[in-house]
Amino acid sequence: MDSIRLHYLVPGDDFTRAGAASSDVKRTLKELGVAPSVIRNVSIAMYEGEINMVIHAGGGDIDVEITENEIIMTLADKGPGIENLELAMKEGFSTAPDNIRCLGFGAGMGLPNIKKYTDEFRIDTKVGVGTTLHLKVYIQ
Amino acid sequence: MKVNELKDKLGLEVLTEGDLNAECTGCYSGDLLSWVMSKAEAGDIWLTVMGNINAVAVSVLCDCACIILTEKAALDDTAKIKAEAQGVTILRSEKNAYQLGVEISKLI
Ligand SMILES: Nc1ncnc2c1ncn2[C@@H]1O[C@H](COP(=O)(O)OP(=O)(O)OP(=O)(O)O)[C@@H](O)[C@H]1O
Ligand SMILES: [Mg+2]
Repeated sequence: MDSIRLHYLVPGDDFTRAGAASSDVKRTLKELGVAPSVIRNVSIAMYEGEINMVIHAGGGDIDVEITENEIIMTLADKGPGIENLELAMKEGFSTAPDNIRCLGFGAGMGLPNIKKYTDEFRIDTKVGVGTTLHLKVYIQ
Repeated sequence: MKVNELKDKLGLEVLTEGDLNAECTGCYSGDLLSWVMSKAEAGDIWLTVMGNINAVAVSVLCDCACIILTEKAALDDTAKIKAEAQGVTILRSEKNAYQLGVEISKLI
């Protein structure tokens, strides 16, 4: 199989469209006949990343590559960056404001979830420059 | 138990109709979306007060059998439209999550 490449622009501050990229990837993987558990891991990780881009970084870009053996996701934003990554990775840590918490976000479980649902996980972040997540999920 | 039977047995109000033949294999209760994405399993009945568009997205990602809005919680118009488009069943009850959980445990 040739690898498939997908690109999405995530608009900042638009919750009605947040989730569009992850549901599109979910549909594509379903059509390719990928195992449901893999699809679930990929789409949850992507959705958490998408929402973080909207809430914390004013939007960004997502690139997805689907190969025979793995799904590679790159989520890049030019937001404020993460000051203390170790703290941000802790379950329960969140800087989400109250209006965002009312929507059901801000549990501080997004980054831990992304780590949990991916096989490879790396964050490059720099304060004032932005954040990029490099994620991989293996297809068994 | 199928969603359709669940709806009848618990006397739930139907707000949106997805696959009423979906099989309910478990139940999860929670309102914090990332928490739900971490813990809910495919086939779960999801009990929540979150009737917004993000809850619909989470239900799709987790392959929940249906959402039950507890304690007569409101469903947003945008959420209703999205649920209909994505085939998500949303039901509603005046009971709270505890009462529903107790009843559901006797059914599934
Ligand atoms: N793309 C990003 N740019 C800047 N800061 C970020 C970004 N992603 C995460 N953060 C920071 O890391 C914290 C933890 O993120 P995480 O996704 O775990 O929790 P949350 O988004 O606050 O809540 P939840 O994901 O549970 O709804 C955030 O509150 C925010 O301070
Ligand atoms: Mg988050």
